[in-house]
Amino acid sequence: MKIIVLMKEVPDTYGERKLNLETGLAERGAGEAVLDEIGERALELALSQTGSIEDLDVTVMSMAPESATGTLRKALAMGASRLVHIADEKLAGADLGLTADVLSAAIRRTEWDLVIAGNLSTDGSGGVLPAMIAELLGVPHASALTSVNITADRVSGTRETDSGIMEVSAPLPAVISITERFPAARFPNFKGIMAAKKKPVETLTASNLGIDPESLDTPRSIMLAVSERPARSAGTKIIDEGDGGEKLAEFLVQNRLA
Amino acid sequence: MTAFPKDSILVLIETTPSGEPARSAAGLLGAAARVGTPVALMVGSTGKANNAAQSAGALGAAVVLTAEPEGTSALLAVPTVDALAAAVELVKPDAILISNSVDGRDVAGRFAARTRSALAVDAVGVARDDQGIVARHSVYGSAYTVESAPTFGAPVITLREGAVDARAEAATPDVRTLSVASSGVPAASIESIEERAVTSTRPELRGAAKVVAGGRGLTSQEQFALVEQLADVLGAAVGASRAAVDAGWVPNSYQIGQTGVSVSPQLYVALGVSGAIQHRAGMQTAKTIVAVNKDPDAPIFEIADFGVVGDVFDVVPQLISSLSARKE
Repeated sequence: MKIIVLMKEVPDTYGERKLNLETGLAERGAGEAVLDEIGERALELALSQTGSIEDLDVTVMSMAPESATGTLRKALAMGASRLVHIADEKLAGADLGLTADVLSAAIRRTEWDLVIAGNLSTDGSGGVLPAMIAELLGVPHASALTSVNITADRVSGTRETDSGIMEVSAPLPAVISITERFPAARFPNFKGIMAAKKKPVETLTASNLGIDPESLDTPRSIMLAVSERPARSAGTKIIDEGDGGEKLAEFLVQNRLA
Repeated sequence: MTAFPKDSILVLIETTPSGEPARSAAGLLGAAARVGTPVALMVGSTGKANNAAQSAGALGAAVVLTAEPEGTSALLAVPTVDALAAAVELVKPDAILISNSVDGRDVAGRFAARTRSALAVDAVGVARDDQGIVARHSVYGSAYTVESAPTFGAPVITLREGAVDARAEAATPDVRTLSVASSGVPAASIESIEERAVTSTRPELRGAAKVVAGGRGLTSQEQFALVEQLADVLGAAVGASRAAVDAGWVPNSYQIGQTGVSVSPQLYVALGVSGAIQHRAGMQTAKTIVAVNKDPDAPIFEIADFGVVGDVFDVVPQLISSLSARKE
């Protein structure tokens, strides 16, 4: 079975995250770039099928600047068989529609049975790409899965939404997205890191995929304005000396919050 | 059939199992009414449609389209996308508003991809300028505000639940049945559904005016009850940090932060929450933040308007009894 895992390089949420106030684009140098944790969980799910699925082959696919290769290689060290990296300056600032076009075009040129993605990235938190890609590929999708069962020709699982929990299933090929309920990813070991150096990395541009990012024929979502919210500052901090609860009550009452 | 208003905003309204508009409907229609004429689409059993349509009217829908496409309750997302496509064809709206829920995002994503429409997600507001509809977003845990618009065409916008306080004036809706042709696009099958039990009379976390959240400092599921007690005294919703969710003290739906719910209440009370950056990303737009934590260096104090360095098990019971005494 051929599984494609969609992964993303994101600014580490533990560090500083900045938007350029002129271009509205992420300042990639502002903090450390890491693999998005939810994508790592998706990869872990794919790799954990070893043994239960015959001829498992896991491809990691990512649309990211050229500079992301180092970050993406971690996925190979974790155990993915190969990396497809779509890197193109013209794709900087791509909206959701263009991103979906690019990824689905890249998926279409390979043989595949199942696409696994995270439900929400930590930077854009869009949560729509799996559904968009499924629509473009003309296949079923199941989003926000908290458990997954993969067989040779079917994927099923539990889907958690705002209103309830449902059991869903779909024939392959299909696209699924998973939530944080899935276990965290394995750490790459030394053997994995060494093996990763020999694994194939395919680098593609938009034109390799027959996509013109600058085409004006398709509506795109564009950024009109970006502004930074003033940072919050600390207010009063008291040490509890036996009357902390009373003082907090007074603060709430004075501010008409209780 | 009369034409639709030129400034129509098509609003996809999710319905509860009993067929009533979901909680997100009021904010969606409120946002739509500010920029145009709200036209609602409700997908579900047409048997229940008329009552539900009247409820949508009460929330501001001038026109309600009801549709029961093939496979509505058996297939994931695709039947609703088919209905939305039919409604857009008919209404030709200036924008399509959908809740930024799990289901809403699926429908928005598929619909935008199918119709090649510009898609803007997780908006916290909408506005109209001379070019059309603009979406406002709050990104990187509300550190930045961003405005987006389509290059052309009607945008599909998902709206963060609880972000829009505006409410539309009640209308007596013009209710119409929409016929939907099935696209035949493959979809996942829904084998079974278990509704989320409503077990609490407390306000919903999303959109709540006051939130009391507990974290690792509560130390156990039993002790987490303290958070609920304070919430009840304040009339607040209950939330939690990821640590409390991961420990299994509260369900996933309580999680506030980067990967949970984003809230911006009038009052946010953080109890035993350290205030890791991921947590702050989901609550730092609260008007007033107060915190109790025994660690004087906890990052939550950097953004708290009033912080008490102390043991939650001393401070909070005293706070509860003090507030209760004042109420009498």
